[in-house]
Amino acid sequence: MANLTLVQAINLALIQEMEKDDRVILLGEDVGANGGVFRVTEGLQKRFGANRVVDTPLAESGIIGTSIGLAMAGLRPVPEIQFEGFLGPAYDQLCSHAARMRTRTRGAFTVPMTVRVPVGGGIHAPELHSDSPEAFYAHQPGLKVVMPSGPYDAKGLLISALRDPDPVIFFEPKRIYRAIREEVPEDEYTIPIGKARVVCEGTDLTVVSWGASVIQCMQAIEACGRSVELIDLRTIYPMDMETVEQSVSKTGRCVIVHEAPRTCGVGSEVATQIMEKCFLHLEAPVQRVTGFDTIMPYYKLELEYLPDAARIQRGIEDCLAY
Amino acid sequence: MPITNALTTTIERVSILDEHGNFDEKLGKGLIPDADLLKLYETMVTCRMMDEVAFKLQRSGRMGTYPQNMGQEANSLGAAYALNNDDWLVTCYRENCGLMWRGVPIDSILLHWMGDERGNAMPRPHHATPIAVPIGTQMLHATGLAWAAKYRGQKQIACTFFGDGATSEGDFHEACNFAANLDIPVIFFCQNNFWAISVPGRIQCSAPTVAQRGIAYGMPCLQLDGNDLFAVVYGMRKAIEHTRTTGKPFFIEGVTYRLGDHTTADDARRYRDQAEVDAWKARDPITRLRTYMTKKGIWSDAKDAALREAAEASCMATIERCEQVEHPVRGDVFNYTFADLPADLVTQRETGHTHSLGQDPSQLPSASNTR
Ligand SMILES: Cc1ncc(C[n+]2csc(CCOP(=O)(O)OP(=O)(O)O)c2C)c(N)n1
Ligand SMILES: [Mg+2]
Repeated sequence: MANLTLVQAINLALIQEMEKDDRVILLGEDVGANGGVFRVTEGLQKRFGANRVVDTPLAESGIIGTSIGLAMAGLRPVPEIQFEGFLGPAYDQLCSHAARMRTRTRGAFTVPMTVRVPVGGGIHAPELHSDSPEAFYAHQPGLKVVMPSGPYDAKGLLISALRDPDPVIFFEPKRIYRAIREEVPEDEYTIPIGKARVVCEGTDLTVVSWGASVIQCMQAIEACGRSVELIDLRTIYPMDMETVEQSVSKTGRCVIVHEAPRTCGVGSEVATQIMEKCFLHLEAPVQRVTGFDTIMPYYKLELEYLPDAARIQRGIEDCLAY
Repeated sequence: MPITNALTTTIERVSILDEHGNFDEKLGKGLIPDADLLKLYETMVTCRMMDEVAFKLQRSGRMGTYPQNMGQEANSLGAAYALNNDDWLVTCYRENCGLMWRGVPIDSILLHWMGDERGNAMPRPHHATPIAVPIGTQMLHATGLAWAAKYRGQKQIACTFFGDGATSEGDFHEACNFAANLDIPVIFFCQNNFWAISVPGRIQCSAPTVAQRGIAYGMPCLQLDGNDLFAVVYGMRKAIEHTRTTGKPFFIEGVTYRLGDHTTADDARRYRDQAEVDAWKARDPITRLRTYMTKKGIWSDAKDAALREAAEASCMATIERCEQVEHPVRGDVFNYTFADLPADLVTQRETGHTHSLGQDPSQLPSASNTR
């Protein structure tokens, strides 16, 4: 066991899978000599060679498009998109091809790739370096979307993603890349995709969140002093509604928290399914504490935008008071 | 059928004032009047000073990530000098010097990097678009801007800047193709500084020049010593003449070098040799000009010292102004989303909440009890 950051945990997972499986190759902008702009792939080019850790031309559509070809040929590419804000040029390849390949070829071709993408705000970054676009990709049938909230989960989820037979977008919340450390086993382990985690148990209300927001939720829960259950979805799609349903059926109240804008955010889906599945258990309307329906502001105002512990606490208290 | 030659072509490389101080009188004579040269030099020195000040500011936590322009000043400056003031300047983030020449307040650029959208509220008369963060995207906008001028029958053209890395993006190729095939008067100006963060130019373009990408689209092109202000002005004048008279695009590769890190978030020592950096330091566009002006007798060490002092003072004053700008209000997050804010956004702005009970506390039983 070592006390690792999220960056180190992902690095370790990549090393272990690359050692076991030479079909795994990494590609992206600055992932080689520089070890990625967040140093997630630090040392990997030295260790595995420039053939397996490849600095590509500056072209996101190219990175994903060629990864699709590599995957169709039986490799396990792990493309990195440097920041979520630069997924734009790759959208066509992701949604028009990666997501559809299995379906349109009736399984003759598949795309087992894991797209690693730093995500989210809170690090004082420039424009287009702070967005939370998980809903765009969760909405696209054929893509799996994962977002860990800490080092331990990150390692186990990433290994699962790398072994998954289908395309997975693996969002890494950059706000907690180095902010927290956890005990992470040296040995390999997996955390199944599509399985949520009950972070803490409670009886009065359920908070559902994922990614870096989980940390703010824990602070808010502590501050409000009530028995609140916190669920970290871990995987956005496929969504573990069973865990959510069990919890909300018990508590009767739910607050969903995410950084992304509210309208058509993943919270909308969670809330709808709660309404469908827990209707008679509900004691209060499901609440969503989220980013506003605006463009993610530059960093002077980013903390006004991101749901912080105080805003989450207010959401919890209002829901409890109903 | 015999095999014939489908195309033979050459690409001209322009150098007028080289790093050793050699000056090509034939090309350079009368290109830039002395009075202008002094002003251009002053702008370069001020721009360089701003880089140094911004760097220190970032290191002391008073500024966000900042991309230094150090070493690349001559490209955008020479372009802005040669263009008309109503020609569009569609830039990336290493064109501070040209923007300064155009008269864009340097405050705008600094505010942007200080995490403040108000920095992008570029005053319209400058015909300069805000810094483009997604690499390789702005050249299409330049093409559209120039297209609009053509549509209106105006003689205005656009000049767009981008790096060597940007030439790998699909949008770059689409912009070249649109401009060339629809006859749109744009100058594509690639600042080839040999690096895209840590990735060497060879990964973006394995042809011997970036300039020849223009040829592939049917545009005339030139390669310039981008650290030579004279060469840039010379090349730009050629490009402008072509573009304005034919209404068709032109491609320029300005060969230069990023003397600093990619941004303040980068550490270039991880991926490039100091020897390479040192070699390029010897080709610094500012030093070169200074030596030339001194030799010509229009400049002196004393004048240089005085200029540097004045430049530092003006940069410090700019910083002070930027730091004293009052913090943006929370409402600004919402206010510019649309011309008319939808009701839901107004509610989010007014309440500061997205959860329904926070937006409308009257739904809470306790609220109705107390009423
Ligand atoms: C679409 C997109 N992908 C990635 C990035 C991250 N990024 C910022 S600058 C840069 C390198 C740009 O290199 P180049 O075009 O040569 O310009 P230079 O920085 O050398 O001036 C990268 C990869 C980005 N801003 N936009
Ligand atoms: Mg470059």
